[in-house]
Amino acid sequence: MDLATFWFILIGVLFVGYFVLEGFDFGVGMLLPVLGRDDRERRVVINTIGPVWDGNEVWLITAGGAMFAAFPEWYATLFSGFYLPLLLILVALIVRAVGFDYRGKRTDAAWKRNWDIAIIFGSYAPALLWGVAFANIVRGVPIDGNFDYTGGFFNLLNPYALLGGVTMVALCLTHGAVFLALKTEGDIRVRANRIAGRAGLVTAVLAVAFLAWTVTSFGGNAASVATAVVAALALVGALLANRAGREGWAFVGTAITIGLAVVTLFTVLFPNVMPSSTDPANTLTIANASSTPYTLKIMTWVALLVTPVVLLYQGWTYWVFRKRIGVHHIPDDGAVSSPAGSAIGGA
Amino acid sequence: MDALDVARWQFGVTTVYHFLFVPITIGMSLLVAIMQTIWYRTRDEKWLRLTKFFGKLFLINFAMGIVTGIVQEFQFGMNWSDYSRFVGDVFGSLLAIEALVAFFLESTFLGLWIFGWDRLPKPIHLATIWAASIGTILSMYFILAANSWMQNPVGFHINPDTGRAELNSIGALLTNKVTLATFPHTFFGALMVAGGLIVAVALWHLYRGKDEQKPAFRTALTFGGWVTVLATAGTLVSGDFQGKIMTEVQPMKMAAAEGLYETTSSAPFSLLTIGSLDGSREVFAITIPDLLSWLGKGDIHAEIEGINNLQEQYSAQYGAGVNYAPIIPVTYWSFRMMIFFGLAAGALALLTLWMTRKGRTPTSKLLLTAVLTLPILPLVANSFGWIFTEMGRQPWLVFGEMLTRDGVSRSVSMAEVITSFTTFTLLYAALAVVEVKLLLKYAKGGLPEIHPEPDDDEKDDADRPLAFAY
Repeated sequence: MDLATFWFILIGVLFVGYFVLEGFDFGVGMLLPVLGRDDRERRVVINTIGPVWDGNEVWLITAGGAMFAAFPEWYATLFSGFYLPLLLILVALIVRAVGFDYRGKRTDAAWKRNWDIAIIFGSYAPALLWGVAFANIVRGVPIDGNFDYTGGFFNLLNPYALLGGVTMVALCLTHGAVFLALKTEGDIRVRANRIAGRAGLVTAVLAVAFLAWTVTSFGGNAASVATAVVAALALVGALLANRAGREGWAFVGTAITIGLAVVTLFTVLFPNVMPSSTDPANTLTIANASSTPYTLKIMTWVALLVTPVVLLYQGWTYWVFRKRIGVHHIPDDGAVSSPAGSAIGGA
Repeated sequence: MDALDVARWQFGVTTVYHFLFVPITIGMSLLVAIMQTIWYRTRDEKWLRLTKFFGKLFLINFAMGIVTGIVQEFQFGMNWSDYSRFVGDVFGSLLAIEALVAFFLESTFLGLWIFGWDRLPKPIHLATIWAASIGTILSMYFILAANSWMQNPVGFHINPDTGRAELNSIGALLTNKVTLATFPHTFFGALMVAGGLIVAVALWHLYRGKDEQKPAFRTALTFGGWVTVLATAGTLVSGDFQGKIMTEVQPMKMAAAEGLYETTSSAPFSLLTIGSLDGSREVFAITIPDLLSWLGKGDIHAEIEGINNLQEQYSAQYGAGVNYAPIIPVTYWSFRMMIFFGLAAGALALLTLWMTRKGRTPTSKLLLTAVLTLPILPLVANSFGWIFTEMGRQPWLVFGEMLTRDGVSRSVSMAEVITSFTTFTLLYAALAVVEVKLLLKYAKGGLPEIHPEPDDDEKDDADRPLAFAY
């Protein structure tokens, strides 16, 4: 295997990491208005991902940086081509992150409601748009001889891509519901479990349809069929575990589903990175889009040395904050001037 | 106005905005880590309260730094895709390494620090803020290495077949002399902002705050004051060093900084110039003889190359028909504003230290008002520094290798760039208002109460509220 192929796999791994990790915190954001019936419950919901969402988002930044470095042509074509969807994703991620940090910094209801809206929008929009974007990458888009994208915005809104977007939303929502059932206690846990069961059924239908469409229409092979089938089976397993109240296993199941769905897309894509629907000669491939062997070699060393360490300390974070959270863990909503415990963030 | 101009404006606006938060993040993460270390060593509760208080201001700012940073990474591909194709091998690899090595460290350990107060043993909790701070500083190093490569490209060759820049020495890339000069300058500049913020907030509390909190804020004032003064000295020394490197590798930038048209020995430096509108003729100026020669080459008699001579030289070297000089009024004034605001911040910090020596609280309302600008002065200096360094590189995107006009995305329409430029500008403006209001509210709020630590019986109590929760 040459280094360019290795980096194609590594970028796949980074996106798997991104969607598995940020996938559940998108889901948590989506469920904020559903599961959080009052402010205290909403704070429970948000605090399940409090210590980790920021680290999860770095997977995207790293995936973007790795694309830039290892496949500059892919990065350039994709980012300039999918201009408006990426703009929307950026806006969504900005207001979402600021929402998490700022919503508790004042106590008035209107302030919190507005940031809740930002968090909800910021969780749905990126999931939907990433689904649309990746489906389009697999499907192929108009690319000219200079590797420039020549389609417009509406070219991206085809049925297959829209199904991809909706599937991604459904997957994240289910994944988030399972995560919430795993991380909370009391009433919220029960309701999260129920939502996971219901949303899971819809997700299963969507995911099977999308994966079947993917492997039948866009160059699926034995490997991609296998990953798609296992992804679907894992979702079924997750739903069964959820029904049995085994939240840990259910979460493993939805994580595998999302991870393998992304792997399926990358497997179908291989050895291309961005097929051209205009002319196969303009297709960006691992070979014609990659950096030089020297750069790839340097980055491979850095990745091999650093990635295990990152996995270790991120894993440790999840271990440190492994306890379930309930409404009684949420400190009073103190204003700044009336000190609330020893909390750094106060409210 | 075309898509290129809008893309350039967008880059300027989003970058300057991003860099309002970055210096606070770099400086405050380190200063908060130091405060917590002092508390850990002395067990003096005052330092714990200061750690938590300034930690909160730091976090309000940090969220904005992170999210505006993602825009920076995406922007290269979105607006500057031909640049990305040209430099992915070199520039992209630095961004990827930055993300892997620095961003994960920074954000993961900051999450552990924020939420880990009652979950982690004290020494480990202290280590998390240091890890986050080191991540921040590493991130600064890699991004400066990427920027410095655009100022002074090293460690690469151009592949004649593809016309792209290809890395051939990572060592040269990481030890670029421009990087080595820029790193301390940016670092001290960031510490000036963070120190100034601490001084301003602390002095406000000495005037208006609760009596009970004044001793702690007096300590903070001295701490922040010395940080600002020493950082100003560091910024000056490193800036001088940087000026000499710049004269060597980007002579046009230094000539533009002075608006020096003809090559001159014993070149003077002007504090202020009023010229004709096109910048070609001087009407009135206050100048210091020989200073430019000393700034540029460390010798008051040295010859400094002028804009016209460099234009001739570059026309012969890179091709005629291009104006190789940046916009002179922008470089001239941004360079002076950087120095002026930086020096003003240092002087004000020094004055504050003098006025508050031996436990004095000055009665001057004027001083209070002036000191409240102390975080802003170095921040403005930082921004002008970046405007100078980026505008001074023009018309090059990568000096000597790629013109700015050649780097823009060809496939992106004018309407798309205008849409994103407008969106970001409006969003950033709205968020700026929110952020400033929150910072003021929390800065005025004063120190948090510290409750006695729960004894061992309570420690295992699963129902105890979280020490930190959103």
